Amino acid sequence: MLALKFAEKTAFCLLRTFTNFPCRRARPAILVFIAIGLPVHGVFAQEKNPYAGDEKIAKLGGYQFRLNCAFCHGLGARGGGRGPDLTRAQKRHGNSDAEMFHNIHDGIPGTAMPAATNGGIGVGMSDEEIWQVVTYLRSVQVKAPEQPAGNAEHGKELFNGALGCSTCHMIQGKGGRLGPDLTTVGGSRSAEYLVESVRNPNRRLAQGIFEAMKEFPQEYETVSVVTADGTKLSGVVLNQDQFTLQMLDTREQVHLFEKDKLRSFETRRESAMPAYEQKTLSDKDLQDVIAYLQTVGAQ
Amino acid sequence: MKGERAVFQEKSRFLAALGMTRSVKTIPKSGFLARKERGLGMTIAGGVATVLLGGMVCSGLVPVARAQVTAQRLLDSAREPRNWLMYSGDYAGRRYSTLDQIRTSNVSSLVPKWAYQTMAGGKFEATPLVVDGVLYATGADDRAFALDARSGRPIWQYQRALPPDIRPCCGRVNRGMAILGDKVFLGTLDAHVIALDTRTGNVVWDVGTSDYNKGYSITLAPLVIKNLVLIGVSGGEYGIRGFIDAYDGATGARKWRFYTVPGPGEPGHETWEGDSWKIGGAPAWITGTYDAATNTTFWTTGNPSPSNRGEGRGGDNLYSNSLLALDPDTGKLKWHFQFTKHDEHDYDATQVPVLVDEGDRDLILQANRNGFFYVIDRASGKLVSATPYGRVTWSNAKDASGVPIERKEASPTLTGVPVCPGALGATNWFSPSYDPQTKLFYVTAREQCDIFSTAPQPYDAGHAFYGSAYFPNDDSQPFWGAVRAIDPATSQIKWELKHLSPSWSGVLSTAGGLIFTGDAEGNFMALDAASGKILWHFQCGASVYASPMTYAIDGKQYVAIAAGSTLFAFGLP
Repeated sequence: MLALKFAEKTAFCLLRTFTNFPCRRARPAILVFIAIGLPVHGVFAQEKNPYAGDEKIAKLGGYQFRLNCAFCHGLGARGGGRGPDLTRAQKRHGNSDAEMFHNIHDGIPGTAMPAATNGGIGVGMSDEEIWQVVTYLRSVQVKAPEQPAGNAEHGKELFNGALGCSTCHMIQGKGGRLGPDLTTVGGSRSAEYLVESVRNPNRRLAQGIFEAMKEFPQEYETVSVVTADGTKLSGVVLNQDQFTLQMLDTREQVHLFEKDKLRSFETRRESAMPAYEQKTLSDKDLQDVIAYLQTVGAQ
Repeated sequence: MKGERAVFQEKSRFLAALGMTRSVKTIPKSGFLARKERGLGMTIAGGVATVLLGGMVCSGLVPVARAQVTAQRLLDSAREPRNWLMYSGDYAGRRYSTLDQIRTSNVSSLVPKWAYQTMAGGKFEATPLVVDGVLYATGADDRAFALDARSGRPIWQYQRALPPDIRPCCGRVNRGMAILGDKVFLGTLDAHVIALDTRTGNVVWDVGTSDYNKGYSITLAPLVIKNLVLIGVSGGEYGIRGFIDAYDGATGARKWRFYTVPGPGEPGHETWEGDSWKIGGAPAWITGTYDAATNTTFWTTGNPSPSNRGEGRGGDNLYSNSLLALDPDTGKLKWHFQFTKHDEHDYDATQVPVLVDEGDRDLILQANRNGFFYVIDRASGKLVSATPYGRVTWSNAKDASGVPIERKEASPTLTGVPVCPGALGATNWFSPSYDPQTKLFYVTAREQCDIFSTAPQPYDAGHAFYGSAYFPNDDSQPFWGAVRAIDPATSQIKWELKHLSPSWSGVLSTAGGLIFTGDAEGNFMALDAASGKILWHFQCGASVYASPMTYAIDGKQYVAIAAGSTLFAFGLP
């Protein structure tokens, strides 16, 4: 029956946004209110991991992680197609025990991260099991923050200049809209993931919009259409269903179509981004670009 | 629980005001037994309320005959197509209606007639019942409601006060109710079965089936046969021991239990290694069907526990992933057929077993989660054929009787192996449909492969126990889905309509030459049953996780579907 678990996960991650209190920094008085008002959700009882450093508990947490988290975050917590690398010491949504507990227990609004309770994550986790997972994550955490090996300053120049990355990708409000915003990617994805995304962008398409209840997000697919009047357009899919298409053309114009009114349309599960091979981008320069992304992502 | 107590006390006060006081037990505060006892307390109060309403009935305020759904009416459901009297529409599980006012020629003008918002979070998986103009349905968190089926306006609402530590594996869902007499029945996430008064929504009886702390829960719509309410449990992710129960509709007294994992001394017990049977799973979490001619009820079961790790539970693991033919009066097993032996891929067989009569053969059709379409002889339980209806890599061979068996290399490993169908299956719990006009079987198929890996995990009562992790196979084609029309005579696919992504919607077929279904992008649509061509669609605003149904009032046909937290009803303008 596990079959149903993922669907619920996405459902919760979106519904959470509307139903949950921003309890991460809640004061005690507010917590009491939540305890009365939302008995089903339970209350975060402690700030410190009761099992910190316990290897046996970390092992149990490893099982829990496989069952509940690895679907998105990958085996060994090194990140998967959907979820960020959790072995990094610097976690985008908080590094303390309390924050990690909260993020698992309640999910992270505005992201695909669902709440652990109520069948939101996998088969759901008790407070005890969440602490086990936190203990496990501490045990696989890389000791020092990932130090960018390259020259971030030079990476920034390449990003905005010779490589043309900023034509399509935005960082901190500057750049193009055709590809995903990369402001935070360096803070949540492993260097290997970033390298793969640059060298072979077709390998794993970036995720776009998540819809209410839908299991799978729309990916950054490439689309070509010919409208009824013969106009040819190409770009990326913002979203689509059986009957309609919402796309962004290469000039960043949004187009909304009914598919049966188009003369033709074709989506391809290919990235609109060119593959940057060795001859266009050396390993050293790539390291510099990664360093830039990581530096920005850590902010 | 506070809620129920309050309602109860309210009612006591109400009765006291009417001079109908009656000593009632002190209500215990909490605990498994406590809830059971309180259930008894409710029975007394409910009885009084019924007497009271009975008085009103006699004085002509309520036409009593209208509200009574007898066991005979359930048997003769085909005679009243305006009503939808059980989960699958009929005992055969066909989810087919002879209503034909909405048809291929006019369906393009279908419009929404009303919408009812449950305001519940999570998935909305219920199929409503409709009886004489009243619609009964359930929503997430074990809420139940009765609506004016013409307008969607609520008549009563019920909300179960669930303990905070229930363990539903896969969402706080409920798929609907069953009806008998003046009661509707539902199973709850804390593993109770309750009866509600059809006129008020008051609890008439409330019976605990098993300990939710150990991972038992109930999500399916019960099935009423004669005077009995049949249910099965969920919990295959928690190492439960599955069962199917029958309760007296009038009192809630349990009449029989069939354990889907045989105990010592019972046939099939030898298919479990050591003590593994004690936590063997095999939950029966989808509503069964019934053949009155032979007085046999057919139920299907889910995965053995732990679902994706066969080590430690050597053997076929009966009766996991099986079809069971039971005597509804006694719970006695007549025969069984196991779809996936010693399953390691979570291929629950919990798809409604559809009863079809082909010439002189009485058959059961099932498009199984493991990717094979099975045709089974209804009298003997013998396999007639098993044919893939989607991409299958877990099996590449059949045993002497033609039953597909696992390919050794498909067995999950610590590092993972790609297998099709994936963990969510080639289909899942949502209903198929059989249309006697087209003689086609319709099923929502999912094309999704996964990487299965093991997680050697000790059993700990009440804790998740499925021994595995799975991941999307991200090198593969994007996941997609389809509605497929299968000809049971040949097991060949006659047509398919592709979905952009795998759908969780069931299928309804009607005599109007239509099938209705939904998709993950939120569309609810009508297709030509003969060709699969889309004739009409409506955007519901959230993925459909339910199976459609149809009914009629005052000669007007409606089609209803749950999506998001909303129940929609459509009709002709």
